[in-house]
Amino acid sequence: MEIKKASTAGTLESSDIMILLDRGENGIDIELKSSVLYQFGDQIRAVIEQTLLEAGVHNVKVVATDRGALDCTIKARVLTALHRAVETTDYKWGV
Amino acid sequence: MFVPGNNPGLMADAHIYGPDALMFDLEDSVKLSEKDSARFLVYQALKTIDYGDIEKVVRVNPLNTPYGKADIEAMVFAGADIIRLPKSETAQDVIEVDEWITECEKKAGLEPGSVGMMAAIESGLGILNVLSIAQASPRLIGIAIGAEDFVTDLKTTRSPGGSELFTARSMLVFAARAAGIAVLDTVFADVNDDEGFRREVETIKQLGFDGKSVINPRQIAPVVEIFTPTAKEIEHAERVVEAIKEAEEKGLGVISLNGKMIDKPVVDRAQRVLKMAMAAGVI
Repeated sequence: MEIKKASTAGTLESSDIMILLDRGENGIDIELKSSVLYQFGDQIRAVIEQTLLEAGVHNVKVVATDRGALDCTIKARVLTALHRAVETTDYKWGV
Repeated sequence: MFVPGNNPGLMADAHIYGPDALMFDLEDSVKLSEKDSARFLVYQALKTIDYGDIEKVVRVNPLNTPYGKADIEAMVFAGADIIRLPKSETAQDVIEVDEWITECEKKAGLEPGSVGMMAAIESGLGILNVLSIAQASPRLIGIAIGAEDFVTDLKTTRSPGGSELFTARSMLVFAARAAGIAVLDTVFADVNDDEGFRREVETIKQLGFDGKSVINPRQIAPVVEIFTPTAKEIEHAERVVEAIKEAEEKGLGVISLNGKMIDKPVVDRAQRVLKMAMAAGVI
């Protein structure tokens, strides 16, 4: 998937995460802010990275502001931002 | 219980309140710019969170919007139990969704017919066509009324007494019984009006409804309480069933209890009471 424009998804509400994706050249570069950074920072980064790799994205800049989102929410927000950034509605459910 | 599809906090916790079904909404509670967001959120929630025995219903956008087909495909893949179609006006609306669900089931490798459907009626035309809607597909397990859009279509407003909904509610029940499917009532928006809510639940129960949609966990307990048979009703139903059994063992043709004849409607009502009591976990 090729990122065509910077895109965001999610909100700053409790239990949510705001994800901003933009073109990058140095692998998956994640800048993360979270109220639970110490306890869950590594886990949040891992979920973001794995979601992007599974979608075939290897170079991207991510700015994530977490408000205590579950893994499924993180994955959903990353995929939403990614589909918006790639400008596609070709969803691959079940993959 | 309704859960807006673009609210991750609510989606994670909603099941702890113990509704019979959760209805994740991709339609009216989600603004147009966030339809994709909500679809991904509900998809991931359904695939990840263990909702136990709670039925997972998703209200999708209609097929004649840019979102409907993608909503349905995503939710079939996600493992939704029921797809709820809003604003159903004709049998053809139901048939078109049924056909698309079938294609999605094939793509997802699911048994055809494994995903159910509900149809919400939200207009005068829908009410006039309700019987054909209710009978339109073997996939359809229930019908419901969406009162806000319905009263707007009628060019009136909702009132505490609900007179504007009386005919529609009754026709919905007639059609559901004729088609052998379930019928659910609309939501009650004022979550602080406990008395008004209870009155409405008692009214729709008396009309024959199987249950009610709620928008707040506070509303769950009153619905369960009002729909659960009382101890007296259960005791009577058990005595009816016992009298039937005794009469069958003795080879008697006419069955009576306390001097009154027990005919088929009495037996049917007793059996329904016991089913409801079992479903509520009181027997």
